[in-house]
Parts: sequence; structure tokens; C-alpha cells
Amino acid sequence: MKTARPYVLLLGLLLVLCAGLAARLDCWFITWPGNRAQTLDPLEVMIGTGQKLLAPMFFREADVYFHSGYYPSIFDHSTAFRTEHIAADSGAAPDRNQGDEENFLGPPLDFFDAFSRHFYPSVHTHLDSGGAESAFEPELGGRSDGQVREILPWLRISAALDPDRAETYVVTAFWLGERMKHPHEAEAFLREGLRHLPGNPQLLFELGRIYFEQDHDLTRARFIWQAALNSWQRETGDKPLAEKLNRANENFETRFMYEQLHTYLALLEQKAGNTNAAIAHWKQAQLASPEPEAIQKHIDALEQKSGSGNPSADASR
Amino acid sequence: MRNTFAIAGVVLLEMYRRRDFYVLFIVTVLITALMGSVTFFNDARIVRYLKDVCLFLIWASSLFIALGAAARQIPAERESRTIFPLMAKPVTRGQILLGKWLGCWLACGAALLVFYIFFGCVDMTREHQLPLINYAQLATLHWAMLAIVVAMTLLGSLVFTAVSSNLTITAIVVVAIFILGRHLHKIALGMNELNGTLLTGLYYVIPHLELFDVRSLVVHDWPPIAWGIWAIAVGYAAAYTALLLLASWLVFRKKVL
Repeated sequence: MKTARPYVLLLGLLLVLCAGLAARLDCWFITWPGNRAQTLDPLEVMIGTGQKLLAPMFFREADVYFHSGYYPSIFDHSTAFRTEHIAADSGAAPDRNQGDEENFLGPPLDFFDAFSRHFYPSVHTHLDSGGAESAFEPELGGRSDGQVREILPWLRISAALDPDRAETYVVTAFWLGERMKHPHEAEAFLREGLRHLPGNPQLLFELGRIYFEQDHDLTRARFIWQAALNSWQRETGDKPLAEKLNRANENFETRFMYEQLHTYLALLEQKAGNTNAAIAHWKQAQLASPEPEAIQKHIDALEQKSGSGNPSADASR
Repeated sequence: MRNTFAIAGVVLLEMYRRRDFYVLFIVTVLITALMGSVTFFNDARIVRYLKDVCLFLIWASSLFIALGAAARQIPAERESRTIFPLMAKPVTRGQILLGKWLGCWLACGAALLVFYIFFGCVDMTREHQLPLINYAQLATLHWAMLAIVVAMTLLGSLVFTAVSSNLTITAIVVVAIFILGRHLHKIALGMNELNGTLLTGLYYVIPHLELFDVRSLVVHDWPPIAWGIWAIAVGYAAAYTALLLLASWLVFRKKVL
């Protein structure tokens, strides 16, 4: 009777040979200059940087969820949805929306159009004000930030697809930290963003806001915002400040960031009791603000309150 | 009707033996489980993305099952020549057609039942609630939509010579209706008078399959549709199914096998 031992041994030998060969080839493949698989991420291997094109789509999907599915298609009037509302509400992006967001569908074009509106979300709602339920039961409306969590998966996916998009981190941190009261998760996500975009003023600004508004840590917030201002200076180059903030230029976002940083620094100094420094920051914010008159009124009120004549000396803090 | 039910029973048995449903169900379960295992920002209560993904998979699977089942019915009978002994029995061509449609539709219904029970379980484990009325409306409208798709595919199987061409063309038409159906009249507004009128005519003629897609209402927890509106939609599906079956019968009646 034939024994199975030689076959088992042969099988074992072949297995050892295969494993050894695979290990050898793997080492060679990793160091091979022609190897295009720089990462083990299958998406990265398959579509590479092309995945960045998908990131805005998922970001928009988060806004669709924010509206509980009530969102214009490319065939509808979408002027009221040019900037995602989650971004505009968070202050991460300048609001370019115009028109009636409540009624982008317009009146029904025919009886079939009117009938079909029963089968998809056709009422404007926001998740932070009760979501879909608030449309039909207004007493359930009002602030309910818990539901906003539903936008988070899409923002996370968007950030994973394009880690160099600062807006995604800022918007996510706003909703997580400020509205859902999860500042630690928000901070961790912003720090993840800063690993991809070191020194990004938008991310630093948002991080400072968490320290200022959630942790009430004025010192850390001040340092972070000063660092953000330095980054802003570096990013915008050696041009004179007046040119950087010139309203004729297409530099809306640069001006917006400058105004936001100085406004918050001014608020911080006010809170810390440094009125002169606050006035100096308000004056800087005024340079970039679309409503300088309103800021001037605030400055006047502060000056009157403090009786200060020369605030600029304190501004260099 | 007995003949029709007998043919439908045979179709159901055949569908029970096929592996399409089992594979699609397992894929749906695996992908949903994989997506469900991900936690975003340490918040385990996030659920809508999971419902969305699961429902998308269910709808894609159901369309695959409906198209695949209906497209093969008559061509397979012709190829294997089993249609001749079938027609030698005292059944009319209309009864064969109706039996085939009913069998496919019931098979889709059985598949949907399993899929939606799974969906309900997923939702219950995450949301701890079961909005039965919303689910019932979603599932019944879905099933009503599949009645039209099955009838459309049966008509295609009589018009087109190859199963592959029928499958491709019907799938394209179905997907196009889902994407564009709701917007055709809006596109027509921006066209010249002749093209605009033709497109508006097309808008009224096509079966609006997208009407039955109430997934976003369920995903985003909108209240259920009024039952009167639901009944009109089901009636609309019944009318289109009858129309397509009538057209299929007119083609099949004169067809040389």
C-alpha cells in the first residue's frame, strides 16, 4: 500500500518554496522603480489623484443630507445653492448664494410635476433646525443639532479622497465642535488636516476658535491665531497690505480670512480686557470688511468706553 | 387563470433554483455590514448613510433580478424548443405571456421581501425604530415599479432578437428614465418649439419609474405619503404594466416561433 507521506512532504516543500518566492518578490517589487503602487490604499492604486475629483461630490452630498434630500439637480435653479449651506453657515466659505432657497422648484409646471412632488423631498429644511420632521410638525422645529451628525460620513469620505482641501476640515470641525459639542473630535480632525496642510491659516483659525469658544483658553487661541496671521502673510506674498486687501482684486477669500482672524482676535482681546489691542484688531478687520461703517461704530463705542486716544501702541502684542 | 398561475409557478420554481438572488443578497449583506462597521467621529448613532447605501444596493439588485429574469423567459423557451410542447397544451399565447410576467413579478416580490426584512433589521439595530408605514410604502411602490420593468423587458424580448441586446437596451432605458425622467419637461423649456414639443410629449408618454423611488423620503425620515397618492401611483403602475403587456401580446400573437 502506497503511503501518502512523500506527497505531504512534497506539498509542504512546494508551500515553503512558494512562500519564500513570494516574500522575495515582494521585497523586490517594493524597491522596484517601476512600481506604481506607492500605497496599499486600493482607491489610490486604482485612480490615484483622480480621486480628488470625487471629493467635492461627496462634500455636496453632505449638504444634500443637511437639507434632508431637498436639493436642486443640474436641471433646477441652483443659484441659492452655489455655496454649500454647510460651508456658508460655518463661515468656512464666502456665501455666494442668491435667490429663493425655499422654493427652487418653483410652481409645478404641470399636473404630473405637482403629483410627483409627493414622492421626493420638496420642502426646504435644515438638519440643525429639526430636519424633515420640522416641515410637517413645526412644534418639533427649533435647534436640534444632534441630527447634523448625519452629514459627517460624507465629509469624512470627502477628506479621505482629497486631504489637501482645507474647506472640508473647517466645515467638519465647525459642525462637530460648535454645533454637536464634540470639540475633541473636531480638534483631532483639524490636526489631521494640519498634517496634510501645515500652517494653513483657515485650519489654524478654526483650531483657535475651538480653544476660544469651547475651551475658553484665550492664551492658546491667541497664539494659534497669531500663527495663522503669520501664515496668511507668508501665503499672500510680499505685496503691500493695501494691495492684498484691494477690493478690486479677485481676492475675496484672502480678504475674508484676514477679516475673520482680526475680528476674532479683537473679540479675544475684548474678552481679555485689552481694549486698546482689541481696537487695533478691529481697525485691521475694517480694512478687509465689506461693511467698514459698522465696525467703525463699534470702534467708536470701544474708544468712548476706554477713553483711549492712541490704541496703536497696544496693537503690537 | 389556472393556466396562467401554472406557468407563473414554473417560472417561480426556475427563479428559486437560479443563483442570481443568493449572490446579490450576500453581496448586499457584506457591503452593508462593511459600511456599518465603520464608525465616524466616535458617533455610533449615524445611520442615514447606511440606509442610503443599503437601499441603493437593494434597488440595483432588484433591477438586475427583474431584467435578468424577464429577458430570458421567452428566448430560452424558444432556444430549448420547450415552447412548442407548451403551446401544444390548451393555453393561449396571452396566458403564456401573462404567466411569464406574473412569475417574474412574484419572484421579484419574494426577493424584495427578503431584502426589505434585512433592511428593516439593519435600521432597527442602528436607529431602534421601525417606521413600518414608510417601509410598506417604499416596498410596495418598488414592487409596482418592477411590474413595469418586467413587462417592458418581456416586450423587449419579443422585439429584439438577442437576449443581450434586449438586456442592454432595456437597462439603458430604465436608467435614463431614473436619471432624466423627472426633468424632461424642464429641458424642453430651453429648446425650440418643435424639439420642445416632442420632448414634452415624450415626458408624458414614458413610464415615470422615478416616481416610485421614495428612498430619499425613507432615508431622511420624511413622513409617509398620503395613501390616496400612493394608490394613484400604484394605479399608474398597473395601467402602464397592462399597456406594455397588451403591446407584448400584440407582438407575440403574430410572431412566428
